Amino acid sequence: MKNDNAMDIDYVARLARVALSDEEKATFAKQLGDVLGYFEKLKEVDVAGVEPSAHPYEVSNVWRADEPGEAFAVDEALANAPARREGQIVVPKVVEDA
Amino acid sequence: MSRPAHFPAVRELAASMASGECTSVQLVEDCLARVRDVDPGVGAFLSVDAEKALEAARASDERRARGAVLGPFDGIPVGMKDVIAVKGEPLTCASRMLENFTVPYDAHVTERLRAGGLIPFGRLNMDEFAMGSSTENSALGTTRNPVSADHTPGGSSGGSAAAVAARMVPWALGSDTGGSIRQPASFCGIVGLKPTYGRVSRYGLVAYASSLDQIGPMANSVEDAACLLDAIAGPDERDSTSWREAPPAFAEAAARGPERPLRVGLPKEYFGKGLGAEVEAAVRGAVDTLAAQGCEVSEISLPHTEYAVPVYYIIATAEASSNLARYDGVRYGHRAKEAADGIDLYFRSRGEGFGSEVKRRIILGTYVLSSGYYDAYYLRAQKVRTRIREDFVKAFESVDVLLTPTAPTPPFRRGEKTGDPLSMYLADIYTISANLAGLPCMSVPCGLTEAGLPVGLQLIAPHFAETTLLQAARLYEGSRLS
Repeated sequence: MKNDNAMDIDYVARLARVALSDEEKATFAKQLGDVLGYFEKLKEVDVAGVEPSAHPYEVSNVWRADEPGEAFAVDEALANAPARREGQIVVPKVVEDA
Repeated sequence: MSRPAHFPAVRELAASMASGECTSVQLVEDCLARVRDVDPGVGAFLSVDAEKALEAARASDERRARGAVLGPFDGIPVGMKDVIAVKGEPLTCASRMLENFTVPYDAHVTERLRAGGLIPFGRLNMDEFAMGSSTENSALGTTRNPVSADHTPGGSSGGSAAAVAARMVPWALGSDTGGSIRQPASFCGIVGLKPTYGRVSRYGLVAYASSLDQIGPMANSVEDAACLLDAIAGPDERDSTSWREAPPAFAEAAARGPERPLRVGLPKEYFGKGLGAEVEAAVRGAVDTLAAQGCEVSEISLPHTEYAVPVYYIIATAEASSNLARYDGVRYGHRAKEAADGIDLYFRSRGEGFGSEVKRRIILGTYVLSSGYYDAYYLRAQKVRTRIREDFVKAFESVDVLLTPTAPTPPFRRGEKTGDPLSMYLADIYTISANLAGLPCMSVPCGLTEAGLPVGLQLIAPHFAETTLLQAARLYEGSRLS
């Protein structure tokens, strides 16, 4: 575990795809530095040979039959879309001009 | 300061409707009037669709007139935390991100309520995306503690707790990821129950941390909470972590009482440094009450308790950073007006749509999962989570139920902790272990401080032992009130 408790906030915000203001970056860096400092406690625990828990108790994969069921009509599915046209969601251009 | 008069027990409400003394329409009108008169000073509700609630009440009264009621609580309204889907209603999660979102389907719990004739009523305020312990992280409104307006109602289900405590609804649903049902119940002087992970379907509950989240009842009494749990518990194939076995009849079992004296364990780690004197006195008083009722009380140890807060804030934020990736401004939710391209749209929409605490947790969760830190934080936290669960398994070899304070302090003042996230996180110290271990647990009122602020005790039972949990809670409540 890294000891300086400082995260590269620009890098992490980029991974998380969240725009942060300079003020937010400064505040979060300080506050999360405190939180990461507190997380250091976990180093005290002997976890040799301990299985990690992803769930509160043992659950294995649960499958249902892969059968067609009811689905939303297009209008219902798109009712909350920020921009739509001809039964589709409109988004900004994602490919650059050749 | 004193608690406002509350609604009669739901069984009494049901009996009044059965005898024709009152109708569902009258009951819903009573709730609406109370919201109109009281809520401006409390702020529990983000919105109420009065016409829809009245329409459902009229339908219930018609069923009753035909002798075709759908269940014992047909016609009784239930307050809904704004994180649970009710078709055709807003589902904001108290976030700008979903401010204009209308949900196209019912959650499993909502379907179950409707199937029993119960009426989903209003949208209750909360910390944004259920992240917080005071309801101060709501982007859409402020909720005050009905017992004392200077204090927070707790969180994240602060609106649900306040609405029940201020007699706006007979009961409500909340959700609990790290204490979000129990701590506000404690702060507002009501009963709140988090079922075993898997007991209630999460289908239609907006995900915060999927391995921890559960929906549960918030009510005026243990019996009411048991009745509402009966109404919502049970298997659902749309939640892969839903428990497959049909649940027992909880209210009936709670009324029956325990078959032999209950063994109550006091985890010594929950009665140490940081516990407020008045809280400790009230909880110790409750222990004496249970001992006088024949319970065998013993001290036990949960040695990994002090690691629960860091484990929780690593696992919960990691899961949140993944769950909240879906809010990208593309298919629904807030979309930034000016975006240069598709990627820029994500950055700006999320930057504008999320509040500070949500961003903070997304950043933290992304960090603990990121390359180079995953093993040190996330994987280690998952291993310590195993240790925490093992502590409980061992404890339950010698006791039936654990008794602790719900929160280390009485309700704190508004604004007291908003500038210091770590101090807010530490307020969850007694509630989060049960989420990490997936155990059923509840908060029951156990007295007031000298200033008149509510104090709650927490009971924790083994997996799927809600019956024991409710019996212990009922035993305490009954002996305290008699």
